[in-house]
Amino acid sequence: MENELALVDWSRAQFALTALYHWLFVPLTLGLTFIVAIMETIYVKTGDIWWKNTTKFWMGLLAINFAIGLATGIIMEFEFGTNWSNYAWIVGDIFGAPLAIEGLMAFFMESTFFAVMFFGWDKVSKGMHLTSTWLVALGSNLSALWILVANGWMQHPVGMKFNPDTARNEMQNFWEVLFNPNGVSKFLHTISSGYVLASLFVIGISAWYLLKKREVLFAKRSMIVAASFGFLTSLFLLISGDESAYNVAQKQPMKLAAMEGLYHGEGKAGIVALGILKPEEEILKDPKHPFYFDIEIPNALSFLAHHSADAYVPGVNDLVYGNEEHGIESVASKMQKGKLAVQALTDYKKFKKEGNDKEAKIALKTFEKYQHVMGYGYLKEPTDAVPNVPIVFYSFHIMVGLGTWFLLLFIVVLYFSMINEIENKRLLLMLTVLTLPMGYVAQEAGWIVAEVGRQPWAIQDMLPVGMATSNISTTSVQITFWLFAVLFTALLIAEIKIMFKQIQIGPEGGH
Amino acid sequence: MFDISLYSFQVYWWFIVSLLGALFVFMTFVQGGQTLLYTLGKTEDERSLIIGSLGRKWELTFTALVMFGGAIFAAFPLFYAVSFGGAYYVWMAILFAFIIQAVSYEYRRKPDNVYGERFYETLLFINGSLGIFLIGVALGTLYTGGNFIVNEMNLSQWTQHSYGLEALLQPFNVAFGLMLFFVSRIGASLYLYNNLDNQEIASRIFKTLKISTTLFLPFFLYVLFYMLLKDTYVYDATSKVVNIESMKLLHTLLDNPILFILLIVGIVLFLYSIFIALFKNNQKAVWYYGFGIVIIVTILLFIVGIEHTIFYPSLSNIQSSLHIERASGSYYTLSVMSVVSLLVPVVLSYIFLVWRSMDKTKMTIEEVKSDHHHY
Ligand code: HDD
Ligand code: HEM
Ligand code: HEM
Repeated sequence: MENELALVDWSRAQFALTALYHWLFVPLTLGLTFIVAIMETIYVKTGDIWWKNTTKFWMGLLAINFAIGLATGIIMEFEFGTNWSNYAWIVGDIFGAPLAIEGLMAFFMESTFFAVMFFGWDKVSKGMHLTSTWLVALGSNLSALWILVANGWMQHPVGMKFNPDTARNEMQNFWEVLFNPNGVSKFLHTISSGYVLASLFVIGISAWYLLKKREVLFAKRSMIVAASFGFLTSLFLLISGDESAYNVAQKQPMKLAAMEGLYHGEGKAGIVALGILKPEEEILKDPKHPFYFDIEIPNALSFLAHHSADAYVPGVNDLVYGNEEHGIESVASKMQKGKLAVQALTDYKKFKKEGNDKEAKIALKTFEKYQHVMGYGYLKEPTDAVPNVPIVFYSFHIMVGLGTWFLLLFIVVLYFSMINEIENKRLLLMLTVLTLPMGYVAQEAGWIVAEVGRQPWAIQDMLPVGMATSNISTTSVQITFWLFAVLFTALLIAEIKIMFKQIQIGPEGGH
Repeated sequence: MFDISLYSFQVYWWFIVSLLGALFVFMTFVQGGQTLLYTLGKTEDERSLIIGSLGRKWELTFTALVMFGGAIFAAFPLFYAVSFGGAYYVWMAILFAFIIQAVSYEYRRKPDNVYGERFYETLLFINGSLGIFLIGVALGTLYTGGNFIVNEMNLSQWTQHSYGLEALLQPFNVAFGLMLFFVSRIGASLYLYNNLDNQEIASRIFKTLKISTTLFLPFFLYVLFYMLLKDTYVYDATSKVVNIESMKLLHTLLDNPILFILLIVGIVLFLYSIFIALFKNNQKAVWYYGFGIVIIVTILLFIVGIEHTIFYPSLSNIQSSLHIERASGSYYTLSVMSVVSLLVPVVLSYIFLVWRSMDKTKMTIEEVKSDHHHY
């Protein structure tokens, strides 16, 4: 059941739209829940009522963000069924489990203790309240764990086996799915990106108060907590980002090539720190020089990808057309084998139905031989295996560049906060305010690298997106796409306005 | 370790899914309350009190719905694929009705909320009415079926381009939806009666409770008798061929007296709760209601999956119909998920404990007003 292109594209667009919206809110929840938990802990330890009010202020902003996070999250859960129903059947046996566990372990914890956190101040003991706040933080991070286990599995499917009788993949080893290296590094990198964003949020707003010469004590103290948290977590963010890139290099070499704009593979490959890509036609003529201009860090890519300064890193062209010297099989050859696997599976089903066990067995043998590249059997052209290189390349560089900048900013802000000079550094404060939106840019860029970079695969090498959609009309997806676009945008506008207003009112104003 | 058959796991998971569905139906008292906001609350303060009380529970209802989806995905992926991917418009409409709920509590009274208080109240009303009605319609299709075919690779396709909207033409589905709508209002009345300390609202609650019950009963009786007496799809245990049997669900009940007795117990508890609320002014009625409704809904959902009954009939091709053996995950996945399901009682008990400590004292207008964070 191959679906028409427009349907696939609209389904992808809708998923991307809803996921990008969801991701506008999730990272702040991930990090801010921790920051308020830390603040409340200080309150409980010191008994200083001032910390209680500070905690409550940031919690108020968290609540505004959390609500819209839920609104955009519920649709994600069901879209695997509504828009990716073939996918839901073909891999649901593995993929559904982490999603269900997420609901049971994480979402209930969040939503139960959320109520205590906001309405329980005078109803439960101090200790119970603090515990609830920490449980909300734990719950939101657990939800990240399980969803990223699911996503990591799509990037690098493990722990399963195809069952030709049901025509789906079935789970063989839960632990392999859970401890998939790809999922683990994704989890660590993603939650730390949430902590970094929340730190940027707190120092950004505090900087704004200082620029306005308002809430000075509040802002300075909040800044120290958040800049310390941000400094530590952004260090960790860089390390886990490096780990993510290493995993990508091992499991998704095509994505890595796209991230680096590397068309022609090389040993001692360098990283392009800054560069402008030529248009595709020109690159095809001269794949060794894909950039108009670039600044390169020698050997860095080889090191990043394989932890060895002169390791060979394949480029896009090597992966598409093959490279015998380095033992890389061409996509065309994989497509041929993939088609054999697809045919063998159809034959197997047919013989099985006819009761011809002998032929069925032969077909099954053929299928098993080529099954590892079955996904390629559905591609039309070898170049279908290449994601959109410029999008992936620029997104990756934006993310990495910003990540480096954030680390620097945290160090400087922390230093001046410690020596109590921060309120006089107006330029720095302005930069801090302006960096807040950049935090969101880096977040979205990261997911674009991860998700656009794995195209055309819904499940790496196994299931191309074209095979994964529901068999519905393109029009129905277009309708819901526009409804989502309008509704989410309207809600986002309300969220931003309410948030700004609450910030303007400030910690002293109450609601 | 233990030697549990695949079929036992399938039945067990069908039970868990039924239970989650039932817990969700109980929790829809939140939605019922949203639709009664202006009926029960005549002043600004009274409405704030009602919203404040519902606002401490709405996320649980929301999460129960999410969990229901997640459990189906993990345990019965084929049903997840066929139903969500085919009855597209119905499910999408339901999701929209819940998306708009999620922001409304928090944003309703906030300054600079762009669209104004009434706007968010309207969203809550849509969620409570349309959302619940459509969920009822969707649940109704478990008994009446959908227009899908499933091919030999188990990939599915809908045969009508109304993608699920045609379910609205089935009187049974509509009755199911209305039944759910009214039961959510009964739940709301009993919950608010229990949770609030406010004489004016309480006196209005009696009135709505009477009306909701009167409107609920005919739909409930229709749904109950129709489903028990109708011709139902069943499948042969070995050949897996689907046939039609008359009064199948009634037979299932009669063959399993425990289920039958439980159903009766559920109905009695349910009626008793309304009785003691109306005539004995018993504020604890909501607990009897809760147990009653959870038992009733669990049993009614459970029987459509067991005893070789088809739980999702195909109107396009009878042999495409889904039963738990066909739609379920693999043995391995079901067993892993069964271990995970041991968390269900843990989750239920912490919810219960938190709920109890938060609801120790009844809510008053003064409390809502003095609360730093309020809806
Ligand atoms: C504040 C946000 C932020 C910042 C500053 C960074 N990242 Fe990141 N990155 C993310 C936020 C993010 C993310 C949104 O969390 C992603 C998307 C998917 C994922 O696993 O994490 C991501 C993905 C992602 C991927 C793709 C993983 C995959 O496809 O599986 C790589 C290779 C990196 N990052 C590497 C880095 C490096 C080397 C960074 C810094 C020097 C860096 N990231 C900074
Ligand atoms: C919330 C953070 C996420 C964001 C911002 C995000 C972003 C995106 C984007 C931009 C696309 C479109 C790619 C393209 O079609 O070129 C996409 C597709 C997709 N993503 Fe993600 N993603 C996120 C998380 C996830 C997770 C956690 C999963 C799975 C558990 C997932 C599964 C998918 C699927 C199934 C598609 C559609 C098929 C496809 O186009 O590959 N995404 N996402
Ligand atoms: C396709 C992927 C995703 C699905 C299916 C999904 C599903 C959901 C759902 C259903 C909710 C509402 C939960 C509730 O009822 O309490 C939610 C909220 C949330 N999700 Fe996602 N989500 C996805 C991507 C992500 C990612 C990638 C992360 C983190 C790394 C994440 C973290 C969270 C968190 C922390 C919340 C809490 C609410 C908030 O942040 O405002 N989600 N998600």
